[in-house]
Amino acid sequence: MNGSAIALASEVRSGDRSARDVVEEALAKIAAGDPEIHAFVEVLADRALDRADEIDRAVASGSDPGPLAGVPVALKDNLCTAGIPTTCSSKILEGWRPPYDATVVERLRAAGAIVVGKTNMDEFAMGSSTENSCSGPTRNPHDHDRVPGGSSGGSAAAVAAGFVPLALGSDTGGSIRQPAALCGVVGMKPTYGVVSRYGLVAFASSLDQIGPLSASVADAAVTLEVIAGHDHRDSTSLEAPAPDVVAAVDRGVEGKRIGLVTELVDRTDPDVAARVRQAADALAAAGAEVEEVSIPQFRYGLAAYYLIAPAEASSNLARFDGVRYGLRVDAPDVAAMNVATRTAGFGPEVKRRIMLGTYALSAGYYDAYYAKAQRVRTLVSDGFAYAYTRFDGLLGATTPTTAFAIGDRTDDPLAMYLSDTCTVPANLAGHPAISVPFGTDQGGLPVGVQALAPALGEPMLFALAGALERAAPEPGGRNP
Amino acid sequence: MSDVGLAPDWEMVIGLEVHCELATRTKLFCGCPNVFGDEPNTNVCPVCLGLPGSLPVLNRQAVELAMRIGAALRCEIRPSIFHRKNYFYPDMPKDFQISQYDAPINLGGRLELPDGSVVRIERAHIEEDTGKTTHIGGTGRIGGADYALVDYNRAGVPLVEIVSAPDIVSAAQARAYAGELRSILVATGASDGRMEEGSMRVDANVSVRRAGEGLGTRCEIKNLNSMRSLTRAIGFEADRQIALLEAGDRVVQETRHWDEGQGRTLSMRSKEEANDYRYFPEPDLVPLAPDSHWRAEVAASLGPMPAARRAALVALLGGDPSPAQIDQVRSVVASDLDDVVTSACERGAPAPLALARTANEVAASAERAPKLDPERFAKLLLLEAGGELSATQAKDVLAELLVSGGEPAEIARSMGLESMGDDALAQAVAEVVAANPAQWEKFLAGDQKVSGFLTGQVMRATGGKANGKAVAAELARLRSAANT
Repeated sequence: MNGSAIALASEVRSGDRSARDVVEEALAKIAAGDPEIHAFVEVLADRALDRADEIDRAVASGSDPGPLAGVPVALKDNLCTAGIPTTCSSKILEGWRPPYDATVVERLRAAGAIVVGKTNMDEFAMGSSTENSCSGPTRNPHDHDRVPGGSSGGSAAAVAAGFVPLALGSDTGGSIRQPAALCGVVGMKPTYGVVSRYGLVAFASSLDQIGPLSASVADAAVTLEVIAGHDHRDSTSLEAPAPDVVAAVDRGVEGKRIGLVTELVDRTDPDVAARVRQAADALAAAGAEVEEVSIPQFRYGLAAYYLIAPAEASSNLARFDGVRYGLRVDAPDVAAMNVATRTAGFGPEVKRRIMLGTYALSAGYYDAYYAKAQRVRTLVSDGFAYAYTRFDGLLGATTPTTAFAIGDRTDDPLAMYLSDTCTVPANLAGHPAISVPFGTDQGGLPVGVQALAPALGEPMLFALAGALERAAPEPGGRNP
Repeated sequence: MSDVGLAPDWEMVIGLEVHCELATRTKLFCGCPNVFGDEPNTNVCPVCLGLPGSLPVLNRQAVELAMRIGAALRCEIRPSIFHRKNYFYPDMPKDFQISQYDAPINLGGRLELPDGSVVRIERAHIEEDTGKTTHIGGTGRIGGADYALVDYNRAGVPLVEIVSAPDIVSAAQARAYAGELRSILVATGASDGRMEEGSMRVDANVSVRRAGEGLGTRCEIKNLNSMRSLTRAIGFEADRQIALLEAGDRVVQETRHWDEGQGRTLSMRSKEEANDYRYFPEPDLVPLAPDSHWRAEVAASLGPMPAARRAALVALLGGDPSPAQIDQVRSVVASDLDDVVTSACERGAPAPLALARTANEVAASAERAPKLDPERFAKLLLLEAGGELSATQAKDVLAELLVSGGEPAEIARSMGLESMGDDALAQAVAEVVAANPAQWEKFLAGDQKVSGFLTGQVMRATGGKANGKAVAAELARLRSAANT
């Protein structure tokens, strides 16, 4: 897409460009490029154009449609959209149309944004490559033989390919930041409770957060301000007002204490590690005090995550039983129908995690697995808390590697799980984190640098991200 | 308390789990109306249907009612959390139930029964109700039906489950416990207590043992929809277990279904009981910690509980109440009619008479009782107490008073129920004495038993117009005259 979300909205609000023109451009790009990339599972051309006309009429009548007026937005397909299929890229939700909009969808619309489609994802957000989708994989716009990351791979690819300036994803263990890094876009996970989860089909309720993917840090900031803020329909939604982040993007990091986390850089590919250290140097050059810090508890984060998330998922996904909506495979009695439906409807990774989670919660194993994982989760939070006594923000890699080849890790679930090792600590602690593109590896594939801040430290996080964006090397290598 | 039929040397050990539907305006986790009897699947929304992406939000009124129950049962009201109880069932939309597990809102407590015995309360926790499945075709039972219909109107209705300690020793005590608990639930405003609508559902854990021995194996009996089925089911189950043990067999721990028609408990397939519910803390809800201010407010807003109200009525009677009066006191409190008695007494009516008329005639037309004017009810009672109306006449007037209202004296006049003059009464008594010489002789000889017979004859002869007390007085006067 030519132009940032902020620039497009400004043109539409001032009447310099019609929303219809903006949306038509996005739809044309999708039509031309998406058959190859497969970022979208559903394109809502007619609805988007109707909505664009509404925006244009509003502008013509002198009213302001909002800060995202006319901006085409893609939604991960686990966000409920009234009357529009919401599949979570799973066969089990075939044909289901939610009767309601997710809170974030309502808020985007109220801000003038225009939903142009729903994006591909790993089934029920379980995966790191968008290969676990019932409609097939999404390709990385930078290299069509490589994955876009996941699980919000469709949203990341849609932005990276220039189809839309803005998308929403969900991040349970890195599902926004990891694909953002692999696709060379910005991806942000807010503090747990800052964005309402109402209408997000749950994967792991205590970890899930919705956040923006965009081409720029400023666009992510505007979007966060639109979707954040208390929602009475989500009990875990914080009472705090939406964080003031747009103003923070250009604030700079002078005098800020930044910790480069050993555990978030020492086991990454050398090219990735080099970019992270380069980013640290750039922040120092911009006036920050940068120091390396070890948070040894992070080493256990991944293991704890892969018990807690599947445990919650095993319960969250029980409702897909063929009784009320979605797929039903008939059988002689209810129990057999449940089994037949779930056998046919869920893909292998979802089944694997349901089994893992069911086991972790079973009588006799609960203490050894689920309860112990929760204690490790507390340790990870303690590690953060200690680091934040010395630092205002933290820095590390978003992912251990750049984009890997499609099919490379599909037969090795553990290798796939390791993709999340740098991102899960922020989910376990409920803290905000952002991935900002920072150059490429030697093969020209994007590298993401991750910035982290304490709970409700979004302003600090965006100041850090803005500084990283300004210091980043010009994107080189293989352009999409 | 003892149950007829229980073999000697055997004891019952009974614990009850009572599910009480809270009388909230809306459901536990969403804004759908909490009402009984609407068209199926009309009071539903994404939350109570468990649609993907929906989230629960706790109903403050439900918490408050649960706290009222806890306070009334003298529980400790404490910080609590919700858990998920995971199992598959078509009428449970999320395939897990949000309930409280090891940190319930109300812990410990006690319930004193009208006979003075005490049943300890283990806990009273909040949970959501399920939908309702109707099996259609075939046998209509779960195993033999052709298909099932599910109504989710009840899904997400707030419940409090009150778990007693296994302190109950007989079916009669179980019934008394359930009855007293029901009165308390109604008195707290937590529930309408209607068993026939499922507002209050009872499961009974029953085991038997030989006196002095350790606890036996228990069975849980479900589907107890009335006080009658509760009593019958416990009696049947205890007899069944005793018969097994006396034959040298053993009791299998299982859930059993009470079949009201057959009058017996039946085993539900025990294979289905091997559930591992995989409880874990509900991540979509935050911990519930009512502050001390709220707790104090709830405790202060509780009116007197049934036990205190019974004591107040007994005190009004003065002296030791007769067994019949104790029954009247219980039934007046159970029907929530204490105010009728006390307000009549405040206006000068004698307490025993006010109690008796309320427990019987007023309670019999309970739906009209609220419209009974206390002033006029008191006037009527005074007419009867003063001998101007006989008991029979007073009851007729009361019936009219309940239906149409009006002044008791005028009603009596319009019904032709003028009190009998003294002369007419003396004449009627004299005629009965003359017609029953043998009984009169016995009466003169001091046999009090025939006084009732003679009075009855006078009443019959006067068509109930005579005042019983006045007849007795006239008989006594005639006797002392004859004996001097």
